[in-house]
Amino acid sequence: MSTSKFGSKLILAAVALTFAMPLHAQNLGQVVGEGDLANWDISIGRDGVGLPTGSGTSSEGSAIWSEQCSACHGENGKGGPAGDLVGGIGSLTSLEHNKTVGSFWPYSTTLFDYVRRAMPYYAPGSLSDDEVYSIVAYLLNQNEIITDDAIMDAESLPQVEMPNADGFISYWPVANQ
Amino acid sequence: MTSSKLLPLSTEEHAAGNGLVSRRWLLRTGFPAAGAVGLSSGLVQAEELRVPDWSSSPGLDLTGYGQPSPFESEVVRPTLPLFPEGIGDGSGVSFTPLEKLAGTITPNGLFFERHHSGIPEIDPTAHQFAIHGLVERPLVFTVEALLRYPMVTKTCFIECAGNSLFNSFDEAQQRTAGEIHGLIGNAEWAGVSLAQLLDEAGVSPQGKWLVAEGADAAKMSRSIPIEKAMDGDAFIALYQNGERIRPEQGYPMRLVVPGWQGSMNVKWLRRIKVVSAPVYAKDETSKYTLLQKDGKSRQFTYEMGVKSVITSPSPGRELGAPGLYQISGLAWSGAGRITKVEVSADGGASWAEAMIPDQTSTRALTRFQLPWQWSGQSATLMSRATDEAGAVQPTREAWYEPYAANQLFHQNAIQVWAVSHDGGIRNVYV
Ligand code: HEC
Repeated sequence: MSTSKFGSKLILAAVALTFAMPLHAQNLGQVVGEGDLANWDISIGRDGVGLPTGSGTSSEGSAIWSEQCSACHGENGKGGPAGDLVGGIGSLTSLEHNKTVGSFWPYSTTLFDYVRRAMPYYAPGSLSDDEVYSIVAYLLNQNEIITDDAIMDAESLPQVEMPNADGFISYWPVANQ
Repeated sequence: MTSSKLLPLSTEEHAAGNGLVSRRWLLRTGFPAAGAVGLSSGLVQAEELRVPDWSSSPGLDLTGYGQPSPFESEVVRPTLPLFPEGIGDGSGVSFTPLEKLAGTITPNGLFFERHHSGIPEIDPTAHQFAIHGLVERPLVFTVEALLRYPMVTKTCFIECAGNSLFNSFDEAQQRTAGEIHGLIGNAEWAGVSLAQLLDEAGVSPQGKWLVAEGADAAKMSRSIPIEKAMDGDAFIALYQNGERIRPEQGYPMRLVVPGWQGSMNVKWLRRIKVVSAPVYAKDETSKYTLLQKDGKSRQFTYEMGVKSVITSPSPGRELGAPGLYQISGLAWSGAGRITKVEVSADGGASWAEAMIPDQTSTRALTRFQLPWQWSGQSATLMSRATDEAGAVQPTREAWYEPYAANQLFHQNAIQVWAVSHDGGIRNVYV
């Protein structure tokens, strides 16, 4: 079968059209507003960027702790089957070192970030922001890092000085001895 | 493993103490069916060959997805929950059974696992992946969209930073090579360049770090220097060894950062946020850091060190009669290629260089092999790898020197197997 003059012209036109379309990189991502990512954007910076509004105190946290956390992490954050979160401060150079939130974690913001994203283990995301602030206050207070009446919120939490804040040596991009 | 009668080694074939044979001899003769060292004297008479049942009638029907032979049912991942039942179900590890495998590719069903909160059952048509933060255009991708991008393919290992955890105990644990060193797997991954997707979003000049986050219940998150993506190295894997990655490996997509700590290869990837500084996530402060004796801890030690392990012989792959065996094992380094693997049969008093058939693979498992004339006496087997950066695998004692007791992340010490006169093999520290 021979191609008609008309047919081959059509093909030529189609080819020309294809090449006339500028060839972009794949660009298949859909643009989304930062606001639409609010439910997912749960990372908290060391400077507190990302901390939500709300607040809590240790005494409020104590009740939530007994209900939501103590079965796995112990009555006062010690001795539970999922590991100690309280105690061990000053133990890091001893043979019996005990790494806990109090003795080891360099930044308080990590505690908010982690509890909100992953705890309680079987129902992560079930706590309100006020409840997370309260539990964070409770754990910091149990570790004797903040006072009984300290209020934890987006302002105060990043300013909490953790005992082991200077305990880490960054190996990126090079060992920072 | 082949074994045959013991004959004296000539000086040319002798490579190191206690029966190690030169790899040149292996190169010359190939597999030692015959040869100066391996020559078997009294050949055993076989019985008359019969036609078995499976040759006498048609076999099974076709299947949609093939399975291993039922005779291989013991080749499985040993599993280890990390918490008592009801406390952290789904947080645990399973080990690649290294001593039961050959070659360098880990079968998908045997690739090690580490989950921090179980395996999410993700519907790929409902999964979304976002890039946002310090970018010009926050973007959301569907899996279908990602499948339309040009594919990059890379063969590399992923190793949990806690690999070899059983060798962090004060007393040597009697476990298999896989149970000790099997928090590693090696696969051909195919997926999309992360740099390309970041370019599409338009990273702002303040964007120096990425926070990668999973869609699992732990919402596993890690900070990653943006260089790891922008040098073209990191990618989002959609396929593993030719098929879509398995649920336990991050289906429908995982991050791959070749050569770096396993937990940075975030599974079930749902989000990358471009930020100006690391977020100091739980798994880069509380965990995956290394406490030194002086109370300070090393952090952001991303690259996995040079390492090797003899997988045969090893516990569970004991020796039979004295004679010729092939020592075989795996070596790898997060820094690049393996340039040398040395083997000792006398506890490190003398070393022989093993044969490495493939020296080109980078940040991937490579196989080494060396013939060994086992005398039937006790022996102490070790392997020691060197990588292209010149790093040499340390002894266990040297590795622990700077660190507090029982630290386990990045432990890449030389594995020592003690062979007894009856062919039994034990894990020992020297
Ligand atoms: C059912 C048991 C369980 C409950 C209840 C639970 N946790 Fe946990 N928690 C775990 C497990 C298991 C891990 C370790 C997860 C992993 O493997 O990453 C963990 C880890 C943690 C860590 C990190 C510990 C470290 O040293 O790295 C913190 C902090 C924590 N939990 C806080 C809480 C708080 C606060 C609550 C209550 C709101 C809570 N947990 C409730 C089981 C539990």
